[in-house]
Amino acid sequence: MLKYIFKRIMGAIPLLIIISIICFGLIQLAPYDAVDAMTTPNMSEKTIELIKARYGLDQPAYMQYFYWIKGILSGEWGYSIVTHESISHNLSTRIPNTILLVVPAYILALILSIILGLFSGAKKGKLVDKIIDGYSSFGIAIPSFWLAMILVFIFGYSLNLFPILGMHTIGSEGSFPDLLSHIVLPCTVLTLSFLPELVRYVRSSTIGQLSEDYVMVQQAYGAGATSILFRHVLRNVLLPIITIVGMSLPMLVTGAVVTETVFGWPGIGTYFVTAIRGFDYPIVMAIMLLSSSLVIIGNLVSDILYSIVDPRIKGMGE
Amino acid sequence: MENNRREKNVLLDVKNLRTAFYNGDSKMEVVRGIDFTVQKGEILGIVGESGSGKSVMVKSILGIIPNNAKVDAGEIVLDGEHLESLSKKEKRAIRGREIAMIFQDPMTALNPLKKAGDHLVELLVRVRGMKKKEAINEAIELLRMVGIPSPETRVNQYPHEFSGGMRQRVLIAMALACNPKLLIADEPTTALDVTIQAQILELLKKLQKENDMSVVLITHDLGVVATICSRILVMYAGRVMEEGMAHEIFYSPKHPYTKALLNSIPRVDGEKTRLKPIKGSAPSLQTISSGCPFADRCEFAFDKCFKETPEYQSFSSTQKSMCFLAGEGAKVDD
Amino acid sequence: MAVKENRKIHKFKTELKRNKTAAFALGFLVLIILVSVFAFLSPYPPNKVDVMNVLQQPNSKHLFGTDELGRDYFTRAIYGGRISLTVGILAMLISTSIGVLVGTVSGYFGGRIDSILMRFVDVISSIPWMILVTVVSIYLTPGLKAIILVIGLFTWMSTARLVRAETLSIKEREYVLYAKSSGQSIRKVIWKHIIPAVLPTFIVASTVSIANAIIMESTLSFLGLGIQQPLSSWGSMLQNAQGSLGNAPYMAILPGLLIVFTVYSFNKMGDVLRAVVEPKTSGK
Repeated sequence: MLKYIFKRIMGAIPLLIIISIICFGLIQLAPYDAVDAMTTPNMSEKTIELIKARYGLDQPAYMQYFYWIKGILSGEWGYSIVTHESISHNLSTRIPNTILLVVPAYILALILSIILGLFSGAKKGKLVDKIIDGYSSFGIAIPSFWLAMILVFIFGYSLNLFPILGMHTIGSEGSFPDLLSHIVLPCTVLTLSFLPELVRYVRSSTIGQLSEDYVMVQQAYGAGATSILFRHVLRNVLLPIITIVGMSLPMLVTGAVVTETVFGWPGIGTYFVTAIRGFDYPIVMAIMLLSSSLVIIGNLVSDILYSIVDPRIKGMGE
Repeated sequence: MENNRREKNVLLDVKNLRTAFYNGDSKMEVVRGIDFTVQKGEILGIVGESGSGKSVMVKSILGIIPNNAKVDAGEIVLDGEHLESLSKKEKRAIRGREIAMIFQDPMTALNPLKKAGDHLVELLVRVRGMKKKEAINEAIELLRMVGIPSPETRVNQYPHEFSGGMRQRVLIAMALACNPKLLIADEPTTALDVTIQAQILELLKKLQKENDMSVVLITHDLGVVATICSRILVMYAGRVMEEGMAHEIFYSPKHPYTKALLNSIPRVDGEKTRLKPIKGSAPSLQTISSGCPFADRCEFAFDKCFKETPEYQSFSSTQKSMCFLAGEGAKVDD
Repeated sequence: MAVKENRKIHKFKTELKRNKTAAFALGFLVLIILVSVFAFLSPYPPNKVDVMNVLQQPNSKHLFGTDELGRDYFTRAIYGGRISLTVGILAMLISTSIGVLVGTVSGYFGGRIDSILMRFVDVISSIPWMILVTVVSIYLTPGLKAIILVIGLFTWMSTARLVRAETLSIKEREYVLYAKSSGQSIRKVIWKHIIPAVLPTFIVASTVSIANAIIMESTLSFLGLGIQQPLSSWGSMLQNAQGSLGNAPYMAILPGLLIVFTVYSFNKMGDVLRAVVEPKTSGK
């Protein structure tokens, strides 16, 4: 068991290293000099040389890579070329905003999808199933930004129920009800955009489980459909969902790029899109490194979680 | 006199059972009009090649056929009660109380995420109305009864921690937990090693005697039937070809199909005869039209066999066969 | 072989008859493709600015109104569809070709080639697609070509994995083993035996891949990172519509609906084809 976890972790490390090399390579490829982020036009040549030496920018590329990694690991993520602000500082203020949006939406979507998917799968071919399945295959086709626009129009412009921009009304930054009313729309958009795929997954997993032999055995012993669904099928459906939850770890950073942009939510998404538009390479690479690392760590975590929860795998190492 | 006694002793009486699979407009009849009875306290063997409809038949009796299948006709009387007229809910109450079933593949028949004990406890609470604590003790007792060593630890283990034979024992324990009048065993030993097979059959026989159940044993293996069954039904293409006591089927078979089956297995008594495989394969049920279903593969078939379906002919109070030639024993006997 | 193909076509037809939404999806796709091809028949040129008629609500002259420069919105949506479909189809071609190539090579040769290629797939798949595609796009001059390349070059990983798994099982089949042992060249074995066998997977993957490419394109264009003026796609039209959502909401409706129905239809075709190709799932 521990051996398996150790092996999985060891397997993920080279992947992380390769990703970091790619990010570093892309920064090197970019048409700018890292020192630009730290200098102003009226500095003398000599000062610039000094800064370069201080940050190791006069060293060969592979040495620079090590300096860079050392910086990343100690929380020193460099500076924006546009605003000269510290990236790690900006990330640390923006990531919580994104999490505030993504986590409730994801949890809501997860709960809804389990209910809908289980119901739909159990009633396969019936009207309820057709409606739920029809919704999910349509939902997958709806781009989240369009959904956002429609909701903004209906609830923002027409009904004027919710604010459509930002996180706070100016002047009431500390007010929780104000924050809540700002969250409603983007959170709904996110929930609805996470939902269809999850519903599809739960539905097909339920259908698959219902065709297993053990279900027939339970029927043969007179167990009712509801009891089979909740006492037997549910566990088998929920177990693999742990994997999916683990793998959605990177969503904490990049789960809401589009939605944040539409609603002007001050999270990582808007930060990233602004950086892309302004060719702010250090920020772009930082987010790329962060999100890909989270993908790898997410996969790792979900594998490990799964191996802890599933009695079949748990037994194997012994 | 003998007949009368037999009728009083009937536990299950099935008449003209027909089940078909539907796929859009096409219909495939898998069980094509079957009559049989199960006596109290007997072990009835149902023998047939795969695809002969034996599994679907017993599932029709239990009412657990897949969604695209339907029982089209038939009377099923269990201990005086007509099952075919019961509502879904009433039928469910029969399953697991009056009739229990064990299945072919013990590997997939248990929920992989539930402990062996949980399977039993759930059943004991539902069917026997036990309290949970009581049920756990009973579960351990049941596991002991079916010959699982150290049941106190086994009860808390997951299905993957059991071997195939042990899993089948757990399933048998589930059946026993219900205290059924009738136990249906659908190929209970097919997925197991030969040595384990014998143990499981021995266990079934022992439990049948101790609990005074009736057992219907479905198999494609005549060897299995020979070990424990008192009476045998030979099925082919959704119909009963021949029916009789075990000694009648083994020592004076009347139907060419039964004979062919017997010829295709090694003799137990050591007599050295060449094994004769049956030519061809079981017919696709969609292509059967009229005539005897076995005609195509029967070495004695003549014109009439392809045109008319033969009636049953009785040879004793217990043996009957569906064949034109069966009455003219001399012609078929070899 | 011919008989087998006919049977599949027959199955496809019965599936369409049985499944009304699938028939609708196919009809919609045919319609949208025809409309895109014959877009030039529209009475309004797509870029003709008409300052007298800006931001008109839908009326008898302009079925879907006009935009902020007085251009006929329906015509623009049709031309936008041309761009969106072009991106979808070309990106799909690039992506599935790479996917099939990498998948067959990896599955067929196995060993070190396989592990290197699959590591590579792992690495690229670890970067979230939004991030990967946008990052690459800043190194290219934005525009139609860039977006096709970016989507095509970085979305082939799932196809590659699918095809690899397929190849692994096919290469062990007797006829392939025979072809190998009878001294046929590797290229011939792959081309004559492996590729035809993975074709069904390829076809299913490609319809889904078009749908994904259209969504990606529209998302990138909406963020202003995709199609640039004077060209427009459904996504960039929506970006434009966002600015005047308060006074001209109709501008957001048409392109959005077109995206939804097109993507839905391609996905639906993927489902139907999958049911035709893999008999096991047809009941689901």
